[in-house]
This record gives sequence, C-alpha cells and structure tokens, in this order.
Amino acid sequence: MPLLELRNLTRRFGSLEAVKDVSLAIEAGEFFTLLGPSGCGKTTILRMIAGFDAPDGGDILLDGVSLAGVPPEKRPLHTVFQSYALFPHMSVAGNIAFPLEMSGKSAPEIRRRVGEALELVHLTDKADRFPHELSGGQKQRVALARGLVNKPRLLLLDEPLGALDAKLRVEMQSELIALQREVGIGFVFVTHSQQEALALSHRIAVMRDGRVEQCDEPDKLYTQPANRFVADFVGRINLIEVTVTSSSKVLLGLQSPRLGDIAATDLRPIAVGERGVFALRPELVRVHGHKESADLKNRFQGRVRALLYLGDVTHYTVELADGMVLEALMPNAAPGRAKFHEVGDAVWVCWRHDAGVFLRD
Amino acid sequence: MSRLPTWLWAAALAVYAFLYIPLAVVVLFSFNDSMLNAEWVGFTTGWYVKLLHDADMLRAAGNSVLIALVSSSVATLLGAMAGLAMHRYRPRWLPFLVLTPVAMPEILLGVSLLLFFRQVLDLTLGLVSILIAHVSFSIGFIAVIVRARLAGMDESIFEAARDLGATPWATFRRITLPLILPALLAGFLMAFTLSIDDFVITFFVAGVGVNTLPLQIYSMIKVAVTPEVNAVSTLLMALTLTLIILASRIAPDLLRTRA
Repeated sequence: MPLLELRNLTRRFGSLEAVKDVSLAIEAGEFFTLLGPSGCGKTTILRMIAGFDAPDGGDILLDGVSLAGVPPEKRPLHTVFQSYALFPHMSVAGNIAFPLEMSGKSAPEIRRRVGEALELVHLTDKADRFPHELSGGQKQRVALARGLVNKPRLLLLDEPLGALDAKLRVEMQSELIALQREVGIGFVFVTHSQQEALALSHRIAVMRDGRVEQCDEPDKLYTQPANRFVADFVGRINLIEVTVTSSSKVLLGLQSPRLGDIAATDLRPIAVGERGVFALRPELVRVHGHKESADLKNRFQGRVRALLYLGDVTHYTVELADGMVLEALMPNAAPGRAKFHEVGDAVWVCWRHDAGVFLRD
Repeated sequence: MSRLPTWLWAAALAVYAFLYIPLAVVVLFSFNDSMLNAEWVGFTTGWYVKLLHDADMLRAAGNSVLIALVSSSVATLLGAMAGLAMHRYRPRWLPFLVLTPVAMPEILLGVSLLLFFRQVLDLTLGLVSILIAHVSFSIGFIAVIVRARLAGMDESIFEAARDLGATPWATFRRITLPLILPALLAGFLMAFTLSIDDFVITFFVAGVGVNTLPLQIYSMIKVAVTPEVNAVSTLLMALTLTLIILASRIAPDLLRTRA
C-alpha cells in the first residue's frame, strides 16, 4: 500500500479548475516532487494534503485511510512553508519544541528531541536565537527541524528554497537530500525549478493546468519526455516539427519540412504519416568545423549565430541552411583552447540516430 | 540633510508656541500663590493640597478612573475581536460599522446615545450609561490598531501552528495572542486616555449625580478659572501624556502615519 494516495483529486475556484482529476501514489521514504509553472495547481494539491483546503472531488488517503474532514492539526504530516513561517516571538528551540508540546510530550523528552533536531540541522549553538537574528539559510534549517522533530509520516515542502540566493540554494539542495536519506521520512516537494526537481527527487510529477502531464524518475523524465510540454519544461531542448516517413521495428525515418530527413530510433509502433516534434537535447548535438569530423548519422551545415561561453561548456546557437536554429552544448574539455568556434564560423552540426525522441502531437 | 532656512524654523517655532504656550500657562499658574490667574506672585503647591481635600473632586476623579478602567477593558476585548474578524474574514461592512463612531462628530454621538438610552432603553443615566458610551467610541480605535498589527504579519505562521498540531484555540493562545499583545496594551492605553479626557459625550449621558473629572472641571470654571482647576488640569495632562508615551513605547508603529 502506498503511504499517500491521491485519487481523482479535483479542486475548483469558481469557474477555474485548479486541480483536475489528479491521481498519484507516494511511497514511504520517497522524495516526491510536484513540478510545474506557477498556477499549475501544485501548491493547491499540497494545501489539500496538509488540510488547509478541501478537495471538491476525489480523495486523499494516508496509509489507505481517507483524510477527508480531518483538520490540519490531526494529520500526521507537517509543512515547511516558503516563507518558513517561524514564530517570531519564540526562540529557535521554542519553535522546534512547539509541535512536541502540542502533542503533549513530557518536558525531558521535548528537551532531548529538540537537542537532536538542532544537531540534525547543525544549529545547536543557535538554540536561543530568535528568528529575526538568523540568516535565510538558518531560518530554512529551523523550519526543517521544526517540521521533522515530531517524526511526521510525511513532510510537505512548499518551494522551500525559493527565497534563498543561488549559491545557498545549491548548498541547501545537498543538505536536503542528505537529511531526507537520514530521517527516511517521505518528502513531498513543490517547486517550479526543473533543475531543483531533477537534482533532489526520486520521482517527479510534471503538472500543467491542474493536470499531471508525466510522473517519472528524473532521468526518464529528461530522456523520455511524454510530450512536448514536458520536453520543453524540463531542461533545454530543440523541438523540430516532423512527419514520419518510414518506420521499421527500431528505426524511424522523419522528415522536417525545413531540415530534410532525420534518422531516429523508437521502440513504439509508429505509423508512417504521423505528425509531431523531434525533441533533441542540446548536449547531444555536436558542433564541428570540418565535415569529416562530423561523422554522426544526422549531419547538417550551418553557421554560428551566437555563443555563450560558460566556462565548463559553451552554448552555441547555430543557424542552419534554411534559417532554422539549433542549440548545441559542447564541453570545453580540450586543454589550452577556450572556445572551438567563433560567431560567424561555418560549422557542421551532427547527432546520433538514437539521440532524440519523436513526440506525437 | 540640508540646513533648513531660518524662516521655516521660525514658522515651526510659532506653531509649537501656539500649541504649547496655553498648556504651559496652565501648568505654571497651578503653582502660583494667588487666587487670580493674572500675575505671578510666588511658588506654592497649596492648590494641589487643596485638591486632595476636595471631596467632590476626589469623587469625580474616582469615577473617571473607574470608568476609564472598565470601559477600556471592555473596549479592548470587543475591539480585539473586531480587529481579528476584520483581518481574517475581510467582511466589507464590518470596518465601516466599527469605524463610523470614530469619525462621527462627538456631539452627534452624545445626542444619539442620550436618545437611545432614554427613549429606547429607558435607562437611568449614570455610571452604566457613561460606561457604554465610552466603550462604543473606543472600540474602533482598538480594532484598527489590532488589525494593523495583524496586517504586518506573515499569514502562514497561523497555518504553520495548525499544521504542527495546534488546535484553533491553542493557535490563538500560543501564537495570535502573544503577537497582538503589544497592540492590545497600546489600544488599552489609548482607550484609557480617550475615556478619562472625554467631555462632550460624557456630558450628554452622565445625567445628574455622577460627575467625572472633565465634568467637574467644567462645572468649576462656570464660576471662575481658579488655580485649583489649573492644578487638576495639570494632573490630567500629565496622566494623559504618560499613557500616550507608554502606548507609543509598547507599539512604536502606533504613532506613525502609515497604518
């Protein structure tokens, strides 16, 4: 039995359907992420799980038991809010002790567990500080400790890294993974950052307009997106309009009206004449100065229109013969040379026949 | 900061002089050893001693303090409830209802309360009618202060409390109440000063037999502005000032123009 199950969950705000028929199952100990642009319904789902909002249809089950009508304080799950929501009039220790006090734990036990929680988030020396005396990262850790101290079945996190600066965010991501593995509590994480979702999660549900578009492990989501939206939302990608010209077992022949023939592979049965997009990740596209070195199956001539030198990689925008633009990401691994090509250079782009995915419309 | 031109300083000084010289004169003459408020004769605290032996004055002062304590307590309780409701449920009509008495001319409020007590309730005017009147004009101030305090707070801390296992009552007791306490204290002190200084409304609803300090002063100056009036006015002024300073210390945002 899954730890948490959402069954045909629906929520309407007036005429707006914020959540439409969402069904998901989250396992014990899983780091599960709801990913989507703002307004996709991910936070609404989180609020319904926490009990701040009630679904208009469907059900939420914890250990197979419906949570309908159960007030937030009676649900064995805690939330880490985007704003941290620390109690300003209580010290760090007071904040962390709060859930233990509410569940009627004895004073010695509260003291012991607050100590443990402070240790878990490396804030033992800040126990007597007040929230306004802490940095953003420290507040974040207090909020996590407060959410975990009473050992909930599930921890809900609403964009908890959103308010941190970029460097701190990366640090907190590693801490969050370590923390989740250590406590073994299921996490339901809400974010609009695909990078964060890929880095942290066991599984990700990509949402759009109140629906789940795809629910998969990060690598599957990235390499085998279910549709154009997922492909485009998760990571950078080239999308090329194509028609299927041939299909035999594994090999797939595609034709782009602007680019010409593209060789691809697909295990699914696909009919000749089907239309869709060919989705190709920039890091699978090679850029070469000579035709001979561009020795992969799909090869096209073009010119470098723009480039972004990022240190570890260079991001090329290559304009192909008929004005079509392709993005390519090349590692700057060759010692001694910063860049391989300059803006205006004539180049060849190429990719393996199994590099991209065909997505039906 | 640039230096202000001299004329601006002069204008500012003139305004402050206009505001405070009359008050200073009252304080000064309360220590004047003469029956007349005409010329300075010599320093005395005799008028204050005389006050202490004036039975009417003491009774009026006692009434004033009693009314102020009770009415501001009741108004704080009701005003806090109104402020909380205005913040949480955002009803469109409640702010209007609560704030109207604040904006209403006092004489209008006095007359209408008098009519209400006499014609509708058939109440004998006295302490009770004064109490009700004072509560009614104080609620609005407290509601506004409490609401301003809540508006400056992160809404999710109340949800966080529920989420972490607190019942609605526990959330109020452990989170909401401690956080609005400064507003409640400041509001209480505001209401206290409003009550103890009020003349117009009290004048209408006091009836015969019950006097408050401002009413007592008024009845005394009908004869003449004696140094004894100066003395009691000085005391009242000192009390009001102390309470206002205390209130602004407790809730510093209270005296700022931005709510």
